[in-house]
Amino acid sequence: MEITRIPLGSWIESGLTWLTSEYSVVTRGISRVTQTGINSLNDGLMWLPEWALLAIIALLCWKLASTRLAIGAVAGLALIWNLGLWNPMIETLTLVVIATLVAVVIALPVGIAAALSERLYRVIMPVLDFMQTMPAFVYLIPAIPFFGIGSVSAIFATVIFSMPPAIRFTTLGIRQVPVELIEASDAYGATRGQKLFKVQLPLSLPTVMAGINQTIMLALSMVVIAAMIGADGLGSEVWRAIQRLRPGDGFEAGIAVVILAMLLDRLTQSLRKSRRS
Amino acid sequence: MDETRPVKIQVRGLSKVFGKQPKKALELRDQGLKRPEILEKTGQTLGLSDISFDVYEGELLVIMGLSGSGKSTLIRCLNRLIDTTEGEIVIDGENIPTLGEKALLECRRRHFSMVFQNFALFPHRTVQQNAEFGLEIRGVEKSERQSIAHNALKQVGLEGWEDAYPNQLSGGMQQRVGLARALANDASVLLMDEAFSALDPLIRKDMQQELLQLQSKMQKTTVFITHDLDEALNIGDRIVLLKDGEVVQIGTPEEILTKPADDYVRRFIEGVDRSRILTAESAMRPVRTTARDSDGPRTALHRMRDHSIDSIYVTDRDRQLLGLLEADAASRAIEAKAETITDHLTQDFRKVPPDEPLQNLFAMFSEKSYPIAVVDEQQRLLGVVVKGAVLDELARAGEQ
Repeated sequence: MEITRIPLGSWIESGLTWLTSEYSVVTRGISRVTQTGINSLNDGLMWLPEWALLAIIALLCWKLASTRLAIGAVAGLALIWNLGLWNPMIETLTLVVIATLVAVVIALPVGIAAALSERLYRVIMPVLDFMQTMPAFVYLIPAIPFFGIGSVSAIFATVIFSMPPAIRFTTLGIRQVPVELIEASDAYGATRGQKLFKVQLPLSLPTVMAGINQTIMLALSMVVIAAMIGADGLGSEVWRAIQRLRPGDGFEAGIAVVILAMLLDRLTQSLRKSRRS
Repeated sequence: MDETRPVKIQVRGLSKVFGKQPKKALELRDQGLKRPEILEKTGQTLGLSDISFDVYEGELLVIMGLSGSGKSTLIRCLNRLIDTTEGEIVIDGENIPTLGEKALLECRRRHFSMVFQNFALFPHRTVQQNAEFGLEIRGVEKSERQSIAHNALKQVGLEGWEDAYPNQLSGGMQQRVGLARALANDASVLLMDEAFSALDPLIRKDMQQELLQLQSKMQKTTVFITHDLDEALNIGDRIVLLKDGEVVQIGTPEEILTKPADDYVRRFIEGVDRSRILTAESAMRPVRTTARDSDGPRTALHRMRDHSIDSIYVTDRDRQLLGLLEADAASRAIEAKAETITDHLTQDFRKVPPDEPLQNLFAMFSEKSYPIAVVDEQQRLLGVVVKGAVLDELARAGEQ
């Protein structure tokens, strides 16, 4: 007996085609706005002389974290500058910043809603599992018909890939607030809004920050991969090195990614720790 | 107890079932089944069953019971942190179980402050901000709520700690913050859920004393939950004793001790240091005879002979105690041809308020043999305590 193969792939394809043609106005609009955002942030960061941006970042590290991190930041960024990878680094940073912003703006309300509604929680958790376990490359393919080759597609794929931890941690943070404190705010007659903003959110902030930190890290790894669909930045340096079989260049760009990753990680973690627990 | 005092909260027929088909559980309850059988048959827990009591304005009512007795559920039903299954809880004409969401918020803000067993302070807020919480929720203007919270902190002895965070304070101090948060809110009823149970014994005693002092100053209607009988007897004006979600006895500490409603209560009160709890009032006898200030010495002496006593308490028309007239002094007054006895009174006797612990009276008897006068706040003579009565009372309590 022969079982007909379920044409899952072609269903998805026709679905995507339908979406692309029906909502081209929307996708084009998103594309234009996002591209403008990317360009202006890029231009802004590149308009600053290298030493000035380096000084600003070092100062930020020193103020928010420690002298050690500031020294590390100066050394790392100076190395990137020296290797001639400054502009690709800025492009990558821009993509990470924008993708993270979009992801967090979506993730916070969704995370809060999932924490407060058991039903929504049950719907959202499997969706998040799906988003996280689907191989990251797969998101790149539908991104192209939606937004064309380039940085906007990269952002789209990155947002989807990096958003789940921010949602999960927000939900977790709010659910972890001790029952007693919820009882206390109820007992004094707090409205839902007052409870959320005066008790639940402030208390879940460290956890939410941990989620955002995870999102940034995932975003960084994704924007590098997104070089495959034409995103600029350190990823495209690596991609080019692979195509030309030049391991030296590849490692140089790779090290620049690592430096950027460590810098972003330590900086956001220090933000989290500087808050009172 | 004075039953004519204004009632603040009226609880009638309150029941709570934890489960999905509460009606079924209550039906079984009405057929006379008890908690374990209902749990077995329906898988539901009968948390509270047909609870009725009043909380009088200004009293400190203790709800006491062991774990599983339903006392925590009961206090949470009062401000509806837990929804009730049936019954009424009426405060100032409002029936709490039927209030809509908005009215419930309003009711909680106006009527209830709460102090929690594990303090439930907000770790991200300073001591001052914690104390301000209730006022902030009600939208009280910033400068006003700051000064109210400051005063509340002062009342509980935490002046100077305003900018500290709760995790920097000891347990006792944290609970003071919890108390200040409740006092600052100035709601009409104070709910205290095992408020001192997490504190070590010495601090706990201190806090009880302080609560009593605050209470005598403010006369705030208070419902206090505890599993500790000593604590209940020490601070309660009245006690509601719960067992398995039902009321076993309601009464003053003395009533509970001297007239236990059943064997359960009797077993419960074994091991309580009775002499500490029994008061002058319980050993007090009505005065058989007194003299009036207008009486002449002969009348007074005659009365003493009639009752074969050698001294007599003298009161005025309002029963205010003026002094003690000894038989010798009366004889001397007759010799001196005195018209009245007022100039021959002695103040050399002991008088105590009705709530004076019995054990303190022992020491007084060793000094003088006169009966001890029991007087109220207006110095009116309520009765007397004779030595034998104290011993009797203690012995009787000891046998039970």
